[in-house]
Amino acid sequence: MKVSELAEILGGELLSGNGEREVSGCYIGDLLSLAMSRVQADNVWITIQTNINIAAVASLTDAGCIVICDGFSPDADALEKARDEEIAVITTEKSAYEASKLI
Amino acid sequence: MEPMKYHFEVKGDDFSVAGENSSKVKKILRQLGFDPETIRRVAIAMYEAEINMVIHAEGGYIDAEISPDKVKIVLQDKGPGIPDIEKAMQEGYSTATNSVRELGFGAGMGLPNIKKYSDDLVINTVVGEGTRLEITVNV
Ligand SMILES: Nc1ncnc2c1ncn2[C@@H]1O[C@H](COP(=O)(O)OP(=O)(O)OP(=O)(O)O)[C@@H](O)[C@H]1O
Ligand SMILES: [Mg+2]
Repeated sequence: MKVSELAEILGGELLSGNGEREVSGCYIGDLLSLAMSRVQADNVWITIQTNINIAAVASLTDAGCIVICDGFSPDADALEKARDEEIAVITTEKSAYEASKLI
Repeated sequence: MEPMKYHFEVKGDDFSVAGENSSKVKKILRQLGFDPETIRRVAIAMYEAEINMVIHAEGGYIDAEISPDKVKIVLQDKGPGIPDIEKAMQEGYSTATNSVRELGFGAGMGLPNIKKYSDDLVINTVVGEGTRLEITVNV
């Protein structure tokens, strides 16, 4: 699935990154060092964390996309880093459970 | 071939830099054409160690040595040291403060991750003086 399709399915907003990127697989979690070891390349990572470290973890794991659920928004510096590193960030009102069901 | 050497300074308590040295090393390894699995292992181990320096030890210095057959990362801080290293190596053990936990740190998985993703890990720590980690990832 493409990032842009994912954003549409989730009724979400794509804030950064390339909508054409292909993503597959999914990890849900808010603890960074668990995400660090569990998120695989091209995965969708669903979280409610909004600070700059999500961009670092996504970049280091080659995550395909970060989905910030439950209506939260990334911090300004997190979004800036995501844009710099071309990491896709989608925000959605849906919960992690609802989002993962739709993927 | 001589190993390529890099030196980084890590500032303490500055989460906004968020593992940027690990990102730099990752980019270098990618440019040098290392395989994705090696890059992933170095990135995870170095990030966890770099973040620990920021959260637990007021920053320090990192030396990275890249050779065709192995990547060695040495991290040295002048933080409080680790009183019980066996405990610290256990999954789930963490002394992270609440403010740091709110950012998503404190799962107590950092050191176990470093152990898991490296081929060799040497930790020297003295309470009140600091901690030195030597991480080796074989290619
Ligand atoms: N450089 C260091 N200086 C002092 N203490 C450290 C250092 N690195 C780790 N520790 C101690 O070891 C504990 C375990 O570290 P570990 O990285 O496994 O977990 P954490 O940093 O608390 O949480 P996580 O890494 O999952 O976000 C820490 O909570 C801290 O008490
Ligand atoms: Mg840690």
